[in-house]
Parts: sequence; structure tokens; C-alpha cells
Amino acid sequence: MLDALGPIVALSLYVSGLALAIATAIGLPLGALLALRPIPGKRLVELLLYTGMGLPPVVVGLAVYLLLSRSGPLGGLGWLFTPPAMIMAQVIIALPLVAGLTMTAIEGLDPGLRLQLRSLGASPRQVMWTLLGEARGGVLAAIVAAFGGILSEVGAVMLVGGNIEGQTRVLTTAIVLETRKGDFTLALALGGVLLTLAFVSNAALLRLSGKVRHIRAD
Amino acid sequence: MSTPVYTLSGVTRVYGGRAVISIDALAIERGEVLALVGPSGAGKSTLLRLLNFLEPPSAGELCFQGQPAPAEPPLELLRRVTTVFQRPVLLQRSVRDNVAYGLKLRGLSADGRVDAALDRVGLSALARRPAHKLSGGEMQRAALARALVLEPDVLLLDEPTANLDPYNVGLIESIVREQNRMRGTTVVLVTHNVFQARRLATRVGLLLNGQLVELAPTETFFETPADPRTAAFVRGEMVY
Repeated sequence: MLDALGPIVALSLYVSGLALAIATAIGLPLGALLALRPIPGKRLVELLLYTGMGLPPVVVGLAVYLLLSRSGPLGGLGWLFTPPAMIMAQVIIALPLVAGLTMTAIEGLDPGLRLQLRSLGASPRQVMWTLLGEARGGVLAAIVAAFGGILSEVGAVMLVGGNIEGQTRVLTTAIVLETRKGDFTLALALGGVLLTLAFVSNAALLRLSGKVRHIRAD
Repeated sequence: MSTPVYTLSGVTRVYGGRAVISIDALAIERGEVLALVGPSGAGKSTLLRLLNFLEPPSAGELCFQGQPAPAEPPLELLRRVTTVFQRPVLLQRSVRDNVAYGLKLRGLSADGRVDAALDRVGLSALARRPAHKLSGGEMQRAALARALVLEPDVLLLDEPTANLDPYNVGLIESIVREQNRMRGTTVVLVTHNVFQARRLATRVGLLLNGQLVELAPTETFFETPADPRTAAFVRGEMVY
């Protein structure tokens, strides 16, 4: 099992890292847009986002499974029981967290700031990026929360990945497997690795946050 | 006679069915300092937002240098005017980065101009300090430097010295005066303070309930006002 640990850790980071990158690329502008534009049905979208933040991963896994199964609408992609299916499921889990918390962070900024930026000649796009920068504490919290959520979830990746050794086995599914086999020592060790990964990743993000703040202050 | 910077004809701004601004005619001349005075809720700040193209009129025509301003103004138009608001909202960056912000938006070099602007407002020594650690007066001076560095055609000032100490009031007024006299910048100043209007303005207008009651050269406005409401306001009496 220890020989397989490297690939399992690598796949966990690859799947969750790529899912986080995609969710961030979509979620930051989406959160900013929802905070800044008076779009029709905004309250409903907000409600859906907040509901999405508490979406059970296993339900997401089931939905993605049905989408990607041979008879499903995306069955032709052939993604079921492959890393792309796991990434897809984790994007769906992470996106409401990133978008919703980003929206909240921007809405929490001084309401006069947006008008001030426009008055200084900022285009709508420049306003959005400046506000995201000003809300960077909340935005980074959104990204950290989303990463923690998808790195530690098991229901979705188990359903759509299948926990196939050497192909779709990640840390959480390996922990479930070893627990079922009764190898609690190994399961605990894998749990320790997962916690360490989460700790190191979040520390890196917070360090990046500190550096960004330092650069801005200079 | 040159084309006025702004020409307003039948301009209204309506919020929730109530006209906050309703101005039949107003021309703001190039290079003047126009002070708009009036009680709270008279529509002074709303008028400044219209003049900065931050919101469009509900009806009527607002022209900038003879051309009608579109409801969605292009950036080139927006960038010819800037506002210093009553409460300065600075970015969570250094004072220097705050002053450089507008230049960076325009893709312009910040180096010499930012230093000169900081020097003008007496903040050179605090350039590297985080903006949120400044005092109220220093923040407002930083906001003024951030506006002046852009060399706008029109500088809009919304109660820029409210709640500031006399030293900062005097400093800001002298900078605004210099900006107008030496660089020809048109200034529109909104203030509750009739003394400040008298010190700075070439013309003064009284706004009441969104309507321009009287607009006159400063001396006429204060010494021989045509409207009894202006006379009452100048005497410090309540007017409606």
C-alpha cells in the first residue's frame, strides 16, 4: 500500500487542484457579477448558491454519475470512472462555495468604493478586479474553504471514480477501503497524510495572501 | 464666448417616483469655480453624480462641451471628470499606490506625477504608509491628490472638508484654488458651508428640493440676492 501512496497523493492533488482552479476561474467573476449587477432573479440565484454550499457530495456524485453513465446525456464522453468525472463532480461542489463567499466578501466592502472607482475612471472590468483585490481576505477564505471541502469529500469521487487502484483511487476513497478491510492503522496513516496535505495547502494559500497584502501595502 | 463645459436642459433625476433633481437650465463655464449650496437633501450630491456621468438623468439633456452625454458614457468621457467625495474611500494599499491608481487604470506612468501630487498635498513623507492608517484630514488630502494627479478637465468636490480641522480645510482650499487658477481646471463644489463657498467660488447656486433657486456671481449671491430664499439661506435661516 505504501508503494501506492505516492500516486494516490498525486491523484488527490491533481483532481482537487484542477477542480479548484476551474471553480475559481468561474466562481470569482460569477460571485463578483452577482454582487455588482442588479440581475433579474438575483435572490433566487443567491438562494441556489447558498443551498449549493451545503450540497451533499454524494448527491452531486449521483447526479454526475447519471449524466455520465452510458445512457446519460454526457455518456458519449466516456468519462465515468476516470479522473475527469471526479474533477467535474468536485467543480460542482466547489463552485457554489467560491462564488457565494466571493459575492458575500464583495458585498461586505464599503458601498462607496464602487462609485469612487468609477469616478476615478475604472471600466466595469477594472472595477471588478479592484473589488476582488480589496476583498482578497474573503476571496482567499472562499478558495481555502472550497479546497478543504473537495479534498476531504468522499461520496462524489467514490461514485463517479469507482476507487480503481492506480486510476481513480484518491486519499479519501483509499481510507474508506482500508477501513472496510479492517486495516485501521493504514487508514489512520492515510488520514494523517490527508490532514497534512490540507494543512500545507492552506498554509501556502495564507502565505500567498500575506504576500499579496504586503505587496499592496508597499 | 467658449462653449460651456456642461449644459443642462430640463434635467431630472427621479428615485422611487420622487424627483430629486429638477433643473430647467444650467450652464457651467470652463475654468470657473461653481459652488452649489443648500440644505441636506436638496439634491446637491445627486447633481454631482450626474455631472460625473455616474448615473444618467431620468429625463432632459446633459451636454458635456456641447455634446450630449450618453446614458452609458464611454471611458474617454468618464475619465475627463473626477469626484472627491465627502468621505474618502481609499484602497487597502499604500498612500502612493492609492494616488497612482487612476493613472494605472489609464496605462500611464505613475512615477513623477505621483510624487508631485503627494508633494502638493503635503503627504510625501507618508507615501509608503498604508492608507487606512492616515488621519481623516490626511485621507482627504490623499483622495484629493488621487484626483488631481489625473489632471481632469472638471474636478467635482462633494463636501470635501466636512468634519476636517481648520488646518486641513485651509490646505485643501488653497490646493483647489491653485488648481483652478494655475491649471484652469473647472471646479464644482458642493458645500453646506456658505463661508467656504464665498472664499472659493466665482459663482454660487442655491439648490432647494432639487431645483436651482438662484445662480449668481459670488458677490451678488451674498450681497444682493434676487430670491428671498437665498437671502434667508445666506443669513443662516432655515429655508425650504
